[in-house]
Amino acid sequence: MIETRQLRKAFGSNPILDGVDLRIEKGESVVIIGRSGGGKSVLLKHLIGLIQPDSGSVRIAGEDIAGLNERELIRVRRRFGMLFQGAALFDSMNVAANVGFAFRNDKAISPAEVARRVSEALEMVELHGIEKKMPSELSGGMRKRVGLARAIVYRPEIVLYDEPTTGLDPIVSDSIDQLIIRVRERLQVTSIVVTHDMRSARRVGQRVMMLHQKRIHATGTPEEIFNSSDPIVQKFINGISDPKEITF
Amino acid sequence: MISTLRDRVINGVRGLGRIGVLAGEAMSSAATLKVSGRDLLYQAYFIGVKSQSVVLITGAFTGMVLAAQTYFQFHKVKLDSATLAVVSISMCSELGPVLTGLMVAGRVGAAIAAEIGTMRVTEQIDALRTLATHPVDYLVVPRLLAAHIVMPVLAVESIAVGIGAAYLLAVHLLGIEPAYSWDQMVKHTTVGDMGVGLIKSVIFGGIVAIVGCYKGINCREGAEGVGHATTEAVVYSSITILISNFFLTLLLGKIFHTI
Repeated sequence: MIETRQLRKAFGSNPILDGVDLRIEKGESVVIIGRSGGGKSVLLKHLIGLIQPDSGSVRIAGEDIAGLNERELIRVRRRFGMLFQGAALFDSMNVAANVGFAFRNDKAISPAEVARRVSEALEMVELHGIEKKMPSELSGGMRKRVGLARAIVYRPEIVLYDEPTTGLDPIVSDSIDQLIIRVRERLQVTSIVVTHDMRSARRVGQRVMMLHQKRIHATGTPEEIFNSSDPIVQKFINGISDPKEITF
Repeated sequence: MISTLRDRVINGVRGLGRIGVLAGEAMSSAATLKVSGRDLLYQAYFIGVKSQSVVLITGAFTGMVLAAQTYFQFHKVKLDSATLAVVSISMCSELGPVLTGLMVAGRVGAAIAAEIGTMRVTEQIDALRTLATHPVDYLVVPRLLAAHIVMPVLAVESIAVGIGAAYLLAVHLLGIEPAYSWDQMVKHTTVGDMGVGLIKSVIFGGIVAIVGCYKGINCREGAEGVGHATTEAVVYSSITILISNFFLTLLLGKIFHTI
């Protein structure tokens, strides 16, 4: 359903992705792991057309979106929901307006129906009664949950998660992992999670891909990846740094 | 040094081109899109109502200082009664729209760039795009339309208050004969002068909104990036207003036969 072929992207003279090939089937839950600054978020943003590749293709249900302009991409993006690393809530709007944003120009849905769907989405992320709160009044974990409610309220087919547990304590991280699993099971969505949180990767992924040296270095089930004998994979999973890289 | 200068010129021309593309896209979107009345009203309130005090104060004191300076010079050649006519024509065709444009550029252009720039660095613009919303439709079009609508209103207010303040100063402090001066002012101020001022203010409103939006959308990362975007929005929109005012004066003067 989602496929990239020989995806390449550089910012200035700095190559970020250099020939990324991946394929994700409908309904799958895939976790992309890799080092910070390794291009995971850039890869994720290519899948929804927020970044255009220098070369290669990104196919969503068979349609190459690499050459589409911003207006043509609107149609494709209706299939997606995305949770951003910092939640990216609209800080001038309250929670209800944030979550119901996707319906703001939809005349086919009444305000009462929008309110019902917003309430339902907030219920799913275990937040109720906070519709009137502003984003500045929420904790980091709550902001992520509201961001997730906003991403799923219109029932997308694919949900992208950019570092969903970064900056959260282990308990809140665990609850976010539970939510990702619950959303996948209840809404039957395809989930793509970018993370370097190994515990989270093991819990939410049905398949794990490791991005290394600008390409997909390894792919497999969580068991295969976590038991891999590949030294690069093992060093990353176990958090072993290269002494040559430590410079004070 | 020459290559640095050349790069600056090339970047400047590219920037102008991109602003032109953004303006074109916003105009085409405004023509086809049903803009939310609530968004338009909010922007009109923010750009128009909230700029009232600064625009009125600027208009009043500009009118008074212009009246005083004109009177001091004209009094020497016994042309006191022409004072209000000079103030009126200057306020209508030049000072009213230009000073309103500059004051709104400082207040609103900076705020637009800062707001949209912050949205960019906190990924809110990317979030808009993922929610199937074109940033130009949501961020640029309401601001552009609101600026086009409220700027002439602000300019008219500024002109009216400027002339009113000049009248009070001239009659009550400088001792100009009120009826004859007023008659001279009405006689010499043409519909063309007012038309020039109104058209200029509509264009200046567009400049403030488009430059502010462009600088915000293309803001660099971090707090420093937002700061730069805000400063550049004010500087570039002010310079663009002043330069375009010169050419508009020549062009509209020919059209309305005011020069």
